[in-house]
Amino acid sequence: MDAIYLDHAATTPVHPAVIEAMTNALQTSFGNPSSIHSFGRESRAILDRCRRYVADKIGASEKEIYFTSGGTEADNLAIIGVALANKAKGKHIITTQIEHHAVLHAAEHLETLGFEVTYLPVNQYGQVEMRTLQESLRDDTILVSIMMVNNEVGTLQAIAELAAIIKDHQAYFHTDAVQAFGLEQINVAKLGLDLLSVSGHKINGPKGTGFLYAGKGVKFHALQHGGAQERLKRPGTESLPAIVGLTKAIELIVEDNYPHKASYENYRTVFLQVLAQEGITFQVNGAPNAYAPSILNISFPGTSVESLLMNLDLDGIAASSGSACTAGSLELSHVLIAMYGEQDPRTENAIRFSFGLANDAAQIKKAATKVSQIIKRLTKQSTIIEEVK
Amino acid sequence: MIYFDNSATTKPLQEVLESFHTVSESYYGNASSVHRLGLEASRILRKAHEQAGLLLNVNPEEIIFTSGGTEGNNLAIKGIAYAYQSRGKHIITSKIEHPSVLVACEFLATQGFEITYLPVDQTGVVKVDDIKAALREDTILVSIMHVNNELGTIQPIKEIGALLSDRRYTFFHVDDVQGFGKVKLELKDNGIDLYTLSGHKIHGLKGTGLLYVKKQVRLAPLFHGGGQQFERRSGTENLPGIVSLVKAMRVVTEYHLHHAEHIQQLNNKLRLELSHFPEVVINTIEDQAPHILNFSIPGFKPEVILHALTERNIFVSTKSACSSKKPDESAVLSAIQLPRAQSTSAIRVSFSYHNNEGEVELFARVLKKILKDLKK
Ligand SMILES: Cc1ncc(COP(=O)(O)O)c(C=O)c1O
Ligand SMILES: Cc1ncc(COP(=O)(O)O)c(C=O)c1O
Repeated sequence: MDAIYLDHAATTPVHPAVIEAMTNALQTSFGNPSSIHSFGRESRAILDRCRRYVADKIGASEKEIYFTSGGTEADNLAIIGVALANKAKGKHIITTQIEHHAVLHAAEHLETLGFEVTYLPVNQYGQVEMRTLQESLRDDTILVSIMMVNNEVGTLQAIAELAAIIKDHQAYFHTDAVQAFGLEQINVAKLGLDLLSVSGHKINGPKGTGFLYAGKGVKFHALQHGGAQERLKRPGTESLPAIVGLTKAIELIVEDNYPHKASYENYRTVFLQVLAQEGITFQVNGAPNAYAPSILNISFPGTSVESLLMNLDLDGIAASSGSACTAGSLELSHVLIAMYGEQDPRTENAIRFSFGLANDAAQIKKAATKVSQIIKRLTKQSTIIEEVK
Repeated sequence: MIYFDNSATTKPLQEVLESFHTVSESYYGNASSVHRLGLEASRILRKAHEQAGLLLNVNPEEIIFTSGGTEGNNLAIKGIAYAYQSRGKHIITSKIEHPSVLVACEFLATQGFEITYLPVDQTGVVKVDDIKAALREDTILVSIMHVNNELGTIQPIKEIGALLSDRRYTFFHVDDVQGFGKVKLELKDNGIDLYTLSGHKIHGLKGTGLLYVKKQVRLAPLFHGGGQQFERRSGTENLPGIVSLVKAMRVVTEYHLHHAEHIQQLNNKLRLELSHFPEVVINTIEDQAPHILNFSIPGFKPEVILHALTERNIFVSTKSACSSKKPDESAVLSAIQLPRAQSTSAIRVSFSYHNNEGEVELFARVLKKILKDLKK
């Protein structure tokens, strides 16, 4: 039985064309881009081309793209890098309670270095409200970091409006776009962004690659030191094949004019329809009008995450309880707690289904039907247990 | 084509590419996911930790997979500095380290740490007595490379390890990016606490590497996040890269076991050939790492020679690809106090197991011709 993969927010299969592009690069251009002989120059030319392409697609210039080893490094570079370089201007940072741990733990680290961090609350839909940002902004705020799409519930923040609030403030605006990238065109200038993080393996590119966009005037420190690569901000021999793969992954999306959003919207509708037809009691966690269609987070009353995940896996459905990045642990979701509070049962019975290239509509229908059967089985069990008690 | 620039980077091996390919295609799960695909990925990840541990003769949990040598060195140096700063803020390193060590130390100097950069003598080898003399009560780290990337000189790692063995809070970091697979070094018995490798120098992929960190040693992380790799290196693991790295480690270990003398013979041969060149001064003393030979041709611009060689499809380098600060002078060669005529005219030849004696002969012939033409 082939498993149905509904965990694209954790990671995505590498697109065959990406593998091909990487294999090609690995076999033909193995030179070190810093070498001055023709092998090196050839690699350098490829690297420059990739950088220009990526920059162009987000409305940036090539000098504003810094390739990293992934989303975590890009987030850390943005947050710790900006904080350390701007502490003379202030030591206050604003982020939200629902960020990915790459942002949250970087911010917590900064607290140990004497920075003050405000973690903005969200409403029950997972949205940051404008006034909370306005109210927490201080003269000594140097950075605001708010993710574009939440990785657990898919809520889409009003990034342009949020960034506009600090337009005339000294603080930089960073957004973690790891889950948003590829669904819709992102233009850094239009959104008013100073920094933006992207990860390769969430968009059918390779693992261990990503990039940080940092606008021209943005001051930030490097996290690692060494050679002169990435304009001194990210030294280390460039991971050229991975960068080629990342660029190819972006190219596949862009050249096809961002095709995925519509299909995921369709999957989402199909999935929810099946659940409704099967008479399942459920509640979608997230914002009804502002969401990334790739992520569908659903609470099933009367069930528990552990048994749900176990049963789904046994029935060949790969989904998750939220972030995969809590390194295998099934901790309660900090995102759902931020939305509902600690005691709410929805924090204990939520499953994240996330769609991607590995899916088609028929699969989604099948998966939703299976999910329905599992829910029926589990809730029946729990009713019986209740009755026996 | 003759590729003699294997210290800058190496060509990935076919079997390494195959490992990378297979894992990319078939095991794309996130090792932190709890479903079957995730469990498969995490099983492979655990295997990779185990095999890397086996190859280095250390425990699997002591391996942290990184994005390369630069990250490994930075994580080691800053990781120790920030974790143990309450015990002391003094660090000892040498003037001939790679920029990823030197510049990391320079950064720490701006953060209130004190750095001693040990000089080296004309042979390019750090003296153990100098380290002994530089050690202080508050020295928390000694970072010395195993094989120098420009000269190929081997540093007295065993002796330094022995010197530090009874100092509980002076940790010993070794950058072995250039030595692994060519010059044997035991980690266990040599008092090494931290040890850096990079994939692309051993026929693996760029953007892969590992840092060995001894179990009891604390380390402040460079990246914060999901807590992957025993809380020491957050970020979704690059599983295909990791598996390909371990594959490369295994293959070059095999090479070394069976063909160690092959590279040495290439080195001997080149030395012999160059001894017939009156213009050439060899900068690397004898009995060093077999794969690197550095020589100068005073009076000739190395870029011109490099260019002429490139036109004949022969690839060498003038100095470390990782640009040093002075554009024309090698930092390492100036540290060993070579006359400027020598330190600005150096050529580095670096071999792999795949080179052969015929290539060395051809290289010497071509070089002779180039020098003759240039003299005209
Ligand atoms: C929103 C978000 N930010 C950052 C990351 C971290 O990216 P990476 O896995 O490439 O380190 C992830 C995924 O794990 C994520 O979902
Ligand atoms: C001795 C030494 N250390 C560290 C590095 C850095 O490794 P990487 O290129 O993987 O960042 C290099 C090579 O560039 C090196 O030669």
